Amino acid sequence: MTYIAKPKIVHGGLSRNGLGLTVRDYEGGMSTLCAGCGHDSVTAAIVQAFFELDIPPHRVAKMSGIGCSSKTPAYFLSASHGFNSVHGRMPSVATGAAAANRELHLLGVSGDGDSLSIGLGQFCHAVRRNLDMCYIIENNGVYGLTKGQFSASADVGSKAKKGEINQQPPIDAVQLAMALGGTFVARSFSGDKAQLIPLIKAAIKHEGFALVDVLSPCVTFNDHEDSTKSYAYTRQFFHRAVHLDYVPPADEIKAAYDEGEAMPIQLHDGSRIVLRKVSEDYNVQNRGAAIDYIRAHQRKGEIVTGLLYIDEGEPDMHGLNRTNSTPLTELPYERLCPGADALTALQQRFR
Amino acid sequence: MSARAKSRINDFVIRLANVNGTGSASANTLLMKSIFRMGVPVTGKNFFPSNIQGLPTWYEIRVSGDGYLARSGDVDVMVAMNAQTYQKDLNRVTPGGVLIYDSTWPRDRQLARSDITILGVPFARMCNEHFSNARARILMKNMCYVGALAALLDIDMDVVRSLVEEMFASKTKLIPANMEAIELGANYAKEHFDCPLPLRVAPLDKTAGHIMIDGNTAAGLGCVYAGATVGAWYPITPSTTIMDGFKTYCERFRVDKDTGERDFFIIQAEDELASIGIVLGASWNGARAFTPTSGPGISLMSEFIGFGYFAELPAVIFDVQRVGPSTGMPTRTQQADMLAAAYASHGDTRHVVLFPSEPQECFELSVRAFDLADRLQTPVIVLLDLDIGMNDWMCPELDWDETYRPDRGKVLDADALEKTENFYRYLDVDGDAIPYRTYPGVHPKGAYFVRGSGHDKYGKYTEESKDYKEVVDRLNRKSQTAATLVPKPVIERSGQPTKTAIVSVGSCDYAIREAIDILAAKGIHMNYMRIKAFPFSPEVEAFLNEHERIYVAEQNRDAQLKHLLTIETDYPKERMESILHYSGLPMHCRSVLEVIAPEVAKGEAA
Repeated sequence: MTYIAKPKIVHGGLSRNGLGLTVRDYEGGMSTLCAGCGHDSVTAAIVQAFFELDIPPHRVAKMSGIGCSSKTPAYFLSASHGFNSVHGRMPSVATGAAAANRELHLLGVSGDGDSLSIGLGQFCHAVRRNLDMCYIIENNGVYGLTKGQFSASADVGSKAKKGEINQQPPIDAVQLAMALGGTFVARSFSGDKAQLIPLIKAAIKHEGFALVDVLSPCVTFNDHEDSTKSYAYTRQFFHRAVHLDYVPPADEIKAAYDEGEAMPIQLHDGSRIVLRKVSEDYNVQNRGAAIDYIRAHQRKGEIVTGLLYIDEGEPDMHGLNRTNSTPLTELPYERLCPGADALTALQQRFR
Repeated sequence: MSARAKSRINDFVIRLANVNGTGSASANTLLMKSIFRMGVPVTGKNFFPSNIQGLPTWYEIRVSGDGYLARSGDVDVMVAMNAQTYQKDLNRVTPGGVLIYDSTWPRDRQLARSDITILGVPFARMCNEHFSNARARILMKNMCYVGALAALLDIDMDVVRSLVEEMFASKTKLIPANMEAIELGANYAKEHFDCPLPLRVAPLDKTAGHIMIDGNTAAGLGCVYAGATVGAWYPITPSTTIMDGFKTYCERFRVDKDTGERDFFIIQAEDELASIGIVLGASWNGARAFTPTSGPGISLMSEFIGFGYFAELPAVIFDVQRVGPSTGMPTRTQQADMLAAAYASHGDTRHVVLFPSEPQECFELSVRAFDLADRLQTPVIVLLDLDIGMNDWMCPELDWDETYRPDRGKVLDADALEKTENFYRYLDVDGDAIPYRTYPGVHPKGAYFVRGSGHDKYGKYTEESKDYKEVVDRLNRKSQTAATLVPKPVIERSGQPTKTAIVSVGSCDYAIREAIDILAAKGIHMNYMRIKAFPFSPEVEAFLNEHERIYVAEQNRDAQLKHLLTIETDYPKERMESILHYSGLPMHCRSVLEVIAPEVAKGEAA
């Protein structure tokens, strides 16, 4: 990931967040991805989400694996910690990081190759553990850095730039996460900023594993006719099942919603999300029905987007472990070491 | 009683041939512990199949008043409780030895040997008559042979009783039945044979201040005392009991009695790739973290170990070596991961490796491994083997210095960062090739980007040759710093002028020291160096250079330690000769003698 420093220009008119920071404070280096890459839109949404949530950048860890998507943490939140790990193994590093310090915000950025091929196992187990992190997959159905091979999310019948047709069924991160007990499962489109920003904010605030699978077209290798991950195809077939507003803890829900139309859900830190149903028959808290709905639309060639499933009742990884509420890294050594007398006593059974 | 029976007090080997899953392990431990409590040095080796129930398993107890605790290779008392292996067990008995078998069933006349004493005890019949429950009948047979052996070997019955009481302290109802079974065996032996045998135990005072513990438990305990809070693992023989040990003591000492909150996090990962990823993530985030594994795990972890080396992240990895390659023989011992550990991963790497030789060192070096990993900001691999890890060894009691505080190395905290103008992650500020690090979330100035891709000394991504080389050359210098910080070798001089020495590592230690004593008695004097760490301390090469001939003793086929010495020192390769033992069984002194002085080895075997 080539690094080009971005000139930091702060003009007086820029608004400041609760920490007195401007959106510039949440930006990163200049992107070196192809012009028009969907990932750059996701980067912009991440910047906006963290800025709006008033999260101090140094309290965020950007975790990634390998691939075009995994390069993007260099392009946002330059004042945050970054961990660009090995291919497909970011979920394990994030698991360790979360175990050590439960208070650090973990943002994972991965791709369809990184999460659904080489790292499929790690992705699945991070979902199972209900690791408290926001996990974004920038999904374009193709390997960019190695120049255009299909990934595991490529649809059957989708045509590669060089003409090859994919015949293997795709792995759908969303359906997979739902089947594995995922507690926050969303899909969006890099071209739908209005949907993406509140989704990322809610995913950051969700206590547990929050998947945001973002269709993020690859302009160089997978944006042609007969690709099912192109801008044109996605724009034509994406279908917002649920609209989501994010409401910070201190704010009141101001918008007026008709009875039965809006559903507020409280998150662990007191913030709320308000879901407005676009489709009458959609229930965001019914795992089985949600999967059926997604599959029914999939059969029609439609891509359902929005917050597709949420369960705020399940304990996260630390809840399951009953870990001390103080981060393990902050426990003094004196508390961790049983001492000389205990060592003498415990050896009785070895004498 | 055969007249050939050698009269040997506190110097013999008992081998117990059992069937896996019949509960023999606790009886065998009871037998060994009883001898230990009588003040006689003893060691136990478990030879078990990769199986849960039904296959043959053996337990070997060496009693040595002189304190020689390697496997001897002889079998002086065989307890043949497994019909399936009877023929083999009979053949294994050293001439002059004793075989005890279950005489409930008639013995095939062909199964005879005139050069040993054969004693039949109707264990099954006595237990069937005495106990009604089917499971008890099987379990009590084990206690019954302990009783017979106690009478035959003159083991103090009061010691046996007090150990049984301790064993069943939480299930006291079981004590009478177990004692009855023991007495059944003891009484039968006393009524039918001349007790004790010429091979017997006599009280000594050589086990005071010692314990019997396996290396894995000691290593797991070391992790608790080092202040490790995150442990990640994927179950693999023979390393599993490290995490069992860590868990046991964490649950005892690190759970809040009122709230049930835990001051530790153990993660059973989906595989070893995840285990090491978890460890690196936790270490990066400021915790002391570790993973126990075996050879196959090291193979899987290699990419991440290289990442840890290049990104300079601490990690503690225990590799309890077993027989390879591939699945190999998972329940047998070997030292064949030395090269894999020293240079794990693609690219130019060199890792810190520690070689404990017995459980007390497992405890000590476990704590030391965390200090070194933090100080050097790099993965440290502790190489145990199945023999050290899973067998009970007699070793000095574990001791704890209350003044110990973890060496977390060069970490800039919030105050230090506040005063710092600019923090650069990979800058060699002090000239020791070790840069400063920060923990995430501590201070805005401490943020940096960890990557396995090319980076310059400031931590920025680079594809510039000069900047890349500057970093990897510093890592090479850091390795030289490591050589000065790791534990120095243990050097034992013969006290006689000699230009010959044996060099070895880990669990070869007892076999070598026994061989050195035997050789010295024959007028062949040898110095000895046991290497405790890699990269080699300067003392290692200095010791080699003092000698004209070096025997390198190790438990693998390919002379891996000799290769490491060849690569990493300038000592002439042609002056090193290998002593290689790689049968999968623990090393015995004969394998050393056979190379150095074959005529002495022959004498020892007779």
